[in-house]
Amino acid sequence: MKTLLGLIIVLLSSQTMAASSQHKLESATIDLGNKPSLQRGAKYFVNYCLSCHSAKQLRYSRMAKDLEIPSELVELNLMFTGEKIFDGMDISMRAKDAEKWFGVNPPDLSLIARSRGADWLYTYLKSFYVDVSRPFGVNNTLFPMVGMPHVLSDLQGLQEPVYIDVKREDGSVKQVIEKLEIVQPGKMTPREYDQAMNDLVNFMVYMGEPAQMERKAMGWKVLAFILLMIVIFYYLKKEYWKDIH
Amino acid sequence: MSGMLKNALGWVDDRFPLTKVWNEHLAEYYAPKNFNWMYYFGSLAILVLVNQIITGIFLTIHYKPDAKLAFDSVEYIMRDVDWGWLIRYMHSTGASAFFIVVYIHMFRGLIYGSFKKPRELVWIFGMIIYVALMAEAFMGYLLPWGQMSYWGAQVIVSLFGAIPYVGEDLAIWLRGDYVISDATLNRFFAFHVIAIPLVLVVLVFMHIVALHAVGSNNPEGIEIKKQKDEKGIPLDGIPFHPYYSVKDLVGVAVFLFVFALIIFYMPEMGGYFLEHANFIPADPLKTPDHIAPVWYFTPFYAVLRAVPDKFGGVLAMAGAIFVLFLLPWLDRGVNKSIRYRGPVFKAAIVAFVISFVALGYFGMQPVTTAGTWFSRFFTLVYFAFFLLMPFYSNMGQDKYVPERIEDK
Repeated sequence: MKTLLGLIIVLLSSQTMAASSQHKLESATIDLGNKPSLQRGAKYFVNYCLSCHSAKQLRYSRMAKDLEIPSELVELNLMFTGEKIFDGMDISMRAKDAEKWFGVNPPDLSLIARSRGADWLYTYLKSFYVDVSRPFGVNNTLFPMVGMPHVLSDLQGLQEPVYIDVKREDGSVKQVIEKLEIVQPGKMTPREYDQAMNDLVNFMVYMGEPAQMERKAMGWKVLAFILLMIVIFYYLKKEYWKDIH
Repeated sequence: MSGMLKNALGWVDDRFPLTKVWNEHLAEYYAPKNFNWMYYFGSLAILVLVNQIITGIFLTIHYKPDAKLAFDSVEYIMRDVDWGWLIRYMHSTGASAFFIVVYIHMFRGLIYGSFKKPRELVWIFGMIIYVALMAEAFMGYLLPWGQMSYWGAQVIVSLFGAIPYVGEDLAIWLRGDYVISDATLNRFFAFHVIAIPLVLVVLVFMHIVALHAVGSNNPEGIEIKKQKDEKGIPLDGIPFHPYYSVKDLVGVAVFLFVFALIIFYMPEMGGYFLEHANFIPADPLKTPDHIAPVWYFTPFYAVLRAVPDKFGGVLAMAGAIFVLFLLPWLDRGVNKSIRYRGPVFKAAIVAFVISFVALGYFGMQPVTTAGTWFSRFFTLVYFAFFLLMPFYSNMGQDKYVPERIEDK
């Protein structure tokens, strides 16, 4: 039995290691209570993502309410193509055209934070590098051969890979990307860019489930109520059972 | 009781056995006095069933069983319907909770010998409930129309195609199409919201009727009906109501605490209750890298993948479920409860639990050579537990079983 358990533990740990060695994810700081961060994230999202990607499940009005942005400001600064405030964030690019231009229809991003996870998105947005062999001149270490251009390059600038040599088992050497280095600075310092991407990912996490703020705010009250019920029922049971031996 | 109420009750009792049913099943149903925490899970299963039915009704009010609309209608529930997110999470968490509750309930029956004579039919009805529950959960999982919904259904329905001669036709008949499509979604919806729930409710009724006819077992495995007082009341029995009805309230409240904790703070449960890939709309042209069923199916999925031949795998998977039905006749042990059984049986139970959990783990993982060999090993352990039971279940269980349930 002990050897069996040992085997399982070894197997489990080797599997988790295999999963994490593919690409280390950087962790984003998610704080949905940080309204300024969410508002900045919304600004980046609308300006940089929403021309090719839709987020049709999120209504502008819902965003205005949850992020505490006055509706007039949203209509003035965050809506560009004549939608109504109650509309979802849709785009006018047709899927057929998109496929012709990018090789793939850019996915709707409403739920992307729920399918990919915040850390994946954060790392992805920081992992573009110059690769002249690609149609848009960039590639991504986290998502190799990605069809998306580096739309944030005016903020981040351009990165080039730094290679290291890794020996294969047969003795031959292959080059592996060790890290990415800024070769052409953008409008932001790396630190500012990290902060901006963190805001953007924070917003996308909100976008994936707008109800989560309400959910988390309410949860502890429900739990406190149930806890009280546990205590009451426990003493009720004790009272009823006192003559059972 | 006031005179008028008494008269009204008498009027009803002359026409419908209200008092009789109340007494037979609650106020004068004598249950052993020594139930432990594992006995909460029967009433909890009923609670979860009611939760699923009520939240399910509210979901069907807003859900659209249409391949073009289904995914968006779920998001509509999550975003635009008042309290929709809560109802949806209660239903999705309830599905996993149902299996957790039922697995503990079944395990309790297994270790205390609650399936043994005269409770064979209680076990059989329970097993049919379990199979119906798996069908219910499987079909319900298609409805959100995410990538895992779609490809999970594609994989499982295609298994029927492995049956010789009739398989392919059978799979097409089940899907109503050559692939999972709008036609499949519509019929799964019909089965999920009407057909199987009706069957489940009837089966639960029969499960309880059978149980109340023979009486409840207990952790000691002692038949309380063998020792009765002059009025014919079991000496170690206490009326279910009020004793166990108030005790079950404690279990219900503790369960609800954990249930609410998951609903409010971890509804995805790290991708186990709501799989990450299911937040991507179903795409018939794009197979996900890794298709895994929801956690409660993975032990059987691992058995399926452990067998190299596809049809052989299907047979092994079906056999892994079917063998549970035979349990009352495989176990030859004289004593019921694990407390009075030999070390061989105890060790076998431990091996069974490890193999079931391990199969569940490997069923979630992508196929690896090592994983497949482990799955094969644990599949063998799983089947050996049942098929060798006639030989080992009687070993070394000459322990003395008391006549009465002793006071603690």
